Amino acid sequence: MNKIVALCCGVLFGIGLTVAQMVNPQKVLNFLDISGDWDPSLALVMAGALFIYVMGYLVWVKPKSKPLLDEQFFLPVKKTIDKSLVVGSIIFGIGWGVSGICPGPALANLSGGDLKILAFIGAMLVGMKCSPLLAQLTR
Amino acid sequence: MTSFTPYSALIGGLAIGLSAFLLLWLNGRIAGISGIVNGAVKLKQADLSWRWLFILGIVLGAFFASKLGFSLPSDLSLSWAAVLVGGFLVGIGTQIGSGCTSGHGICGIGRGSLRSIVATLLFMTTAGFIVFLSRHVFL
Repeated sequence: MNKIVALCCGVLFGIGLTVAQMVNPQKVLNFLDISGDWDPSLALVMAGALFIYVMGYLVWVKPKSKPLLDEQFFLPVKKTIDKSLVVGSIIFGIGWGVSGICPGPALANLSGGDLKILAFIGAMLVGMKCSPLLAQLTR
Repeated sequence: MTSFTPYSALIGGLAIGLSAFLLLWLNGRIAGISGIVNGAVKLKQADLSWRWLFILGIVLGAFFASKLGFSLPSDLSLSWAAVLVGGFLVGIGTQIGSGCTSGHGICGIGRGSLRSIVATLLFMTTAGFIVFLSRHVFL
């Protein structure tokens, strides 16, 4: 059952990214370009997503000890703001600013037809595999 | 240039938020795409199937939406350098920084995580700064 849930949630996520046009890197870059022809759309994507998530979390998740279809919530345990978080987020920000693509939209674009998305995902996977080496430097 | 699209942005955002909430409420999982992808390509990972189903779902959802009039870009309008460098940095940064736009920006902030608030502010301002440099300083 929770495999069907994962698939359906993925479908909904992909629809959301496409309807919101976060799949268009130029729209993302125009959102990040506040001193240019600023397109504030993505602020509303985040607002809409956070609205539902916060409501759902407070009402149906936080009071519970486990999810409906599994034995536990798989939540991050780290609480402290460490060097890895700061350095990693800055590196991610540079990559996002250079390309206008973050991981979700990268996957959503796979059926779009531009082969460059495969190059992006390939480079992203290489980056992920290289990250343990660089992570040692930030410790 | 892209125009401000408040309704589609909000509706898309609501869909993304609903997807992320359902995945947490039902399966107890965080809809952080960089984490899901990284876990999906690990050899020694016990919970592979839901990750690949969620990824498949994103691709299918985006494909369905593109057939209903919400387009996927057939041309990303990015250079090969931007795609390769961007992808590589997104891969490294999201692993060292423990999350991306979805994991920190929605799921983390939505649960009131201070780490995620800091991470999101950092990657957003960094990405904005990079876009400022690439569009207004080094053009």
